[in-house]
Amino acid sequence: MNLHARAERNVILLIVLILLTVSIGGIVEIVPLYTIETTIEKVKGVRPYSPLEQVGRNIYIREGCYTCHSQMIRPFRDEVERYGHYSLAAESMYDHPFQWGSKRTGPDLARVGGKYSNEWHVAHMINPREVVPESVMPPYGFMADRVLEQDDIAEHLKALRAVGVPYSDEMIENALADFRAQADPEADTEGLLARYPKAVVGDFDGNPAELTEMDAIIAYLQILGQMVEFPDYDSDLLKQ
Amino acid sequence: MALASGAAESTVAPRYHEEVVKLFVIATVFWGVVGFLVGVVIAFQLAYPILNLDLPWTSFGRLRPVHTSAVIFAFGGNALFATSLYVVQRTCRAPLFGGAAMGLFLFWGYQLFIVLAASGYVLGVSQGREYAEPEWYVDLWLTIVWVAYLVAFTGTLMKRDEPHIYVANWFYLAFIVTIAMLHIVNNLAVPVSFLGVKSYSLFSGVQDALTQWWYGHNAVGFFLTAGFLGIMYYFVPKQADRPVYSYRLSIVHFWSLIFLYIWAGPHHLHYTALPDWSQTLGMTFSVMLWMPSWGGMINGIMTLAGAWDKLRTDPVLRFLVTSVAFYGMSTFEGPLMSVRQVNALSHYTDWTIGHVHSGALGWVAFVSFGAVYHLVPKLWKRQGLYSLRLVSYHFWISTIGIVLYITAMWISGIMQGLMWRSYDELGFLQYAFVETVQAMHPFYVVRALGGVLFLIGSLIMVYNLIRTAAGDVAEEARTGRPVPQAAE
Repeated sequence: MNLHARAERNVILLIVLILLTVSIGGIVEIVPLYTIETTIEKVKGVRPYSPLEQVGRNIYIREGCYTCHSQMIRPFRDEVERYGHYSLAAESMYDHPFQWGSKRTGPDLARVGGKYSNEWHVAHMINPREVVPESVMPPYGFMADRVLEQDDIAEHLKALRAVGVPYSDEMIENALADFRAQADPEADTEGLLARYPKAVVGDFDGNPAELTEMDAIIAYLQILGQMVEFPDYDSDLLKQ
Repeated sequence: MALASGAAESTVAPRYHEEVVKLFVIATVFWGVVGFLVGVVIAFQLAYPILNLDLPWTSFGRLRPVHTSAVIFAFGGNALFATSLYVVQRTCRAPLFGGAAMGLFLFWGYQLFIVLAASGYVLGVSQGREYAEPEWYVDLWLTIVWVAYLVAFTGTLMKRDEPHIYVANWFYLAFIVTIAMLHIVNNLAVPVSFLGVKSYSLFSGVQDALTQWWYGHNAVGFFLTAGFLGIMYYFVPKQADRPVYSYRLSIVHFWSLIFLYIWAGPHHLHYTALPDWSQTLGMTFSVMLWMPSWGGMINGIMTLAGAWDKLRTDPVLRFLVTSVAFYGMSTFEGPLMSVRQVNALSHYTDWTIGHVHSGALGWVAFVSFGAVYHLVPKLWKRQGLYSLRLVSYHFWISTIGIVLYITAMWISGIMQGLMWRSYDELGFLQYAFVETVQAMHPFYVVRALGGVLFLIGSLIMVYNLIRTAAGDVAEEARTGRPVPQAAE
């Protein structure tokens, strides 16, 4: 109580004690996530997003998709049956920011990649109730009308490299070309696929003449959960 | 510890800067109505998706951050500015450090932050971090305003003409200091260019998730709890004209609350890819947090010891005391939901939304309404409120609104959680996801109606406050019904 009597009379002492008190919990919980090596599982296949996928991801963030969709499958029987293998920390290691979400007004999207055709996605985005009558999702048809230029895509990759995503010089040099090639059915995508294995290529939005936001968002949705091959790993390897 | 509620203001007081408090009170009420209105709109959007209007700017995903930021940072934030700047001057018997100019900078600086943030969301500028959606340039501006706030508050404390720092100010100080820490760390990011709005967060994946919920949960713990406990520790004793129940309990409440809260973030990430040890720590501290929370509730409610009869005649006190009761309920429900097995059911469902609103509407909004009803007659130098009967109407309409809201969300949340995990007799999942969406519909309608009631209540308050500021007195107050005067 003596110390408290002093803290009650001394503003600076009070501030210092408050700062000490509120720092401890955060330090103990956050710092070990960087130092304990098993926090991120050692699995192969997780790669940085291709330029088009990253632009699609930015649209996903812009529209606040995370307010209704999670990207984090919990290790429960029903979730694994409904959505697929439970999510690993490794699968979002290049996600700046993470988009695990906290609410499922709509279903989890962590493994939505490959589940539906591009055509289904286009119809669903333009009018969700046309393909899912009970859906309460807002329509996003405007994305099909918004043509993407994205001349600054290399700058985005550089910013991501600055925060730790391992984009190589080659990836950054080819950023704009890769961005355009992924949604162009006529393009040579050999280099793109070497840099970004498993990227889904071709026209996404049914309008091959133009590269639109619809192409980008679907390219992103189609890669979600596709990078890691799960039959390759037994559960011991996935332990944290 | 009764020093604030007696001698301090009876002698000749120094000249307090009350213009800035008035501005913040007006902003509190204005943004409150805006925030409730947007909440009602998005609640109806979930029931009737046609209301998204097929426009990018009015879709649920963009309006939801407008709602959460408007109620937390605009309504709640302005209430905290208004009350903290009022309380710190009165309990220190010192004018605001920095004077009227500082007051104006804080006011307009903070309103600019709100407008920049909200306009960004509507136009599609968002970091995609819950409750930390503003992009880097808005974050930088808020940091400047916040440092000025800390300087003004601390400076006023230093100039005080009282030996002790009053307990409400400990809570306000912890709120200001900790929010600064959380805001800066969680928003570390690299902008793509200095002329563009887009940035990428410094952290990624699992580390980012924990940093974000360390921030997110403590936005609840320090913005919506510690700050509003500052309101409780000043306005409940003032309105009841009784000293705080226990000084010793205040000390225990304060230090244990701020120590334990910081650890609770991982309970937002149960069963995710966050390592188990971290989840267990988060759960343990969340359960422990129940104790200081209820200690604080007891301290607030028992302040009425010997003055319970005032609840019958003073609807303003009723708002304040009911808010503390809701605080007790939410801080019991929270630790319960942080237990992993319970969270397995509640996570991702509307139960969480219901829990948040029992705290946000019942605690944060009600304690703010009580403080505003207390402040307006004082700041505008009136005898009392225009009508206590209207305060009573506001109280009951809002309370019914809250009850509709939280019961609808309890039922729909638990129902949805159970439907997701139910199997038929052949061992297949019984429901497709969309069937659970369909089942939500009636509860979404009831929830929206609860929100409408809450909004109507706030409009009654606006009318009452405008008439009060204008110096009017309602018929019922003139004709001899006992009108308790707010304690001076």
